[in-house]
Amino acid sequence: MTPRTLFDKVWDAHVVHELPEGPALLYVDLHLVHEVTSPQAFEGLRRAGRRVRRPDLTVATVDHNVPTGDRALPIADPVAARQLAALGANARHFGVELFDLASPEQGIVHVIGPELGLTQPGMVIVCGDSHTSTHGAFGALALGLGTSEVEHVLATQCLVWSKPRTMEARFTGTLAPGVTAKDLILAFIGRIGTAGATGHVIEYTGDAIRALSMEQRMTVCNMSIEAGARAGMIAPDDTTYDYLAERPRAPGGPEWTRSVARWRELRTDSGATFTTRFSLDASAVAPQVTWGTSPGMVADVTGRVPHPADFPTDGERRSVERALAYMALTPGTPLAGLPIDRVFLGSCTNARIEDLRAAARVVQGRRVAAGVRAMVVPGSQRVKAQAERERLDRVFREAGFEWRNSGCSMCLGMNPDVLKSGERCASTSNRNFEGRQGRGGRTHLMSPAMAAAAAIAGRIVDVREWQVRQDVEEVEDVEVVKRVEGGAP
Amino acid sequence: MEPFVRHTGLVAALPRDDVDTDQIVPKQFLARVERTGFGPALFHDWRFRPDGTPNPEFELNRPTAQGASILVAGANFGCGSSREHAVWALREYGFRAILAPSFADIFSANCCQNGVVPALLAPEEIAELFRRCEAAGGDYRLTVDLEAERVEDGRGFSARFAIDRYRREMLLSGLDEIGRTLLLEERIAAYERARPHPV
Repeated sequence: MTPRTLFDKVWDAHVVHELPEGPALLYVDLHLVHEVTSPQAFEGLRRAGRRVRRPDLTVATVDHNVPTGDRALPIADPVAARQLAALGANARHFGVELFDLASPEQGIVHVIGPELGLTQPGMVIVCGDSHTSTHGAFGALALGLGTSEVEHVLATQCLVWSKPRTMEARFTGTLAPGVTAKDLILAFIGRIGTAGATGHVIEYTGDAIRALSMEQRMTVCNMSIEAGARAGMIAPDDTTYDYLAERPRAPGGPEWTRSVARWRELRTDSGATFTTRFSLDASAVAPQVTWGTSPGMVADVTGRVPHPADFPTDGERRSVERALAYMALTPGTPLAGLPIDRVFLGSCTNARIEDLRAAARVVQGRRVAAGVRAMVVPGSQRVKAQAERERLDRVFREAGFEWRNSGCSMCLGMNPDVLKSGERCASTSNRNFEGRQGRGGRTHLMSPAMAAAAAIAGRIVDVREWQVRQDVEEVEDVEVVKRVEGGAP
Repeated sequence: MEPFVRHTGLVAALPRDDVDTDQIVPKQFLARVERTGFGPALFHDWRFRPDGTPNPEFELNRPTAQGASILVAGANFGCGSSREHAVWALREYGFRAILAPSFADIFSANCCQNGVVPALLAPEEIAELFRRCEAAGGDYRLTVDLEAERVEDGRGFSARFAIDRYRREMLLSGLDEIGRTLLLEERIAAYERARPHPV
């Protein structure tokens, strides 16, 4: 038999029919739905008199526009309230399970799928959201759709998709202390560019990937779309099975054993070919910070804001000039030391329990710098409850962070959590686009530990330096903060 | 969906790379539950200054771009969020075709669901269109012929563009994709019956 990639295996197992013009009709195992990209799809079904073909394979939650403050209060924005009400009505009408604001399982769709065990290896998973690529961390083929395609999947449980190209992204070596999956994926996007993987599905391989926890693998796959790939995948292994075992919706009993046996086949055969290959030495990756208005505009924290003249094409030079004007940055300025106004710890990229633990370790016993407003928005109500059991909420609150309910929040600023014009934010989210977090807001993407350190220091700092000093002078926190503020590495 | 065979229209140039869907429709407009009403939101934060007045610097606000139905743009157009609202906004504003050296995958698929042609041209052809549009000073027209997969200005520019075969058929016929897939119901049901394991 011809050697096949992980992607080939999942693709082949889901082809219902090959259409004469080329694309395949691909079966969907799990369709996740949220309030923003679904109302027009449900309305389309209603108008055509169609039903949801497999409500049992469809799960909805509210995340994009939900307020993260007190849930006992009514929703202040009437347009958002109408959209939330529409999803409730659609879920009831079409028989779809909904985790609404009152549910302890509510959360960002890409956080709750995995944590409930809905996300499983070998599945085809879709959602009207580009960060659906997150679920690929489990060896699923998971991709974002537009609303018309959402409607198609609701009506037919299938997706029409022309077979994409494949890319292997091999990350070798071991990440250095203080360097995370977020830094790895940002460094990757910085190298291949935001359209570097367009038309491809990426499989992430290599020792550095194998060493990652599920949370970190999700961070990597989540940002595949920022490299242009609709989906990113990682072959499942014991780390995957340990994460999934005992999850509420994962298979149980004898079915679990059978499932794991099947999942073990989900890896790229030796000799299988990819359209494109890319490799990166993970041990050489430093903490990353974006300086521009696209995730590919990124540099080591020890680096400087680049000069437009450093870029080879007219198009790139124009983009960099525009980005620097928007970000109010001067070429040559060191990234470490940039003062910040806001800190956002949240999003489907970095708001899982490990992310909060990593940030809390940095924050423990310290205070958010004067003049900085920092918030933690857990990825789900389950993550929030877990963090509270571990008393992480106290660590954050005592440091001066706001401790919120879950939702997409300031990652895209559809709810009241937005930047004011001119505010500079250290953010653990995935997009630093113009206005993404609020019109005129300036976003610097980084890891949770880096964002936490920035909150304490009041400026961007190199967390590797920070952790060393923390170990040496654990007691004299105030001194540490002062020194980090005073001398950029 | 309205079929697209051939369209001649005025051209607007947006010589920027990596135009993301957050710029095409900013998030404050995404809470609508209809497919309509997004035209005024198109490029909102670029088109309008914070006080709500039009920004004269923005390419689409130039007098020469008024009434344009063909957009020529830079590489990686439509990257980022999967929001189909971006295409609804472009369509409602009046665009029938977008020409660029590359498109983001989800955006390109969304265009084809809404009768908007995402036509891929070589970077040097796009650069040439930017030059011609600028030189024409306001009355630059192109014909996008989907049947022939060709873009022409009637003044010497003619280029073949690339588009996925299935998507081309879909646009040419104004296909109801769901209706067509539902005709394959028996195959879908057979697939479900034959699945070796429950989901």
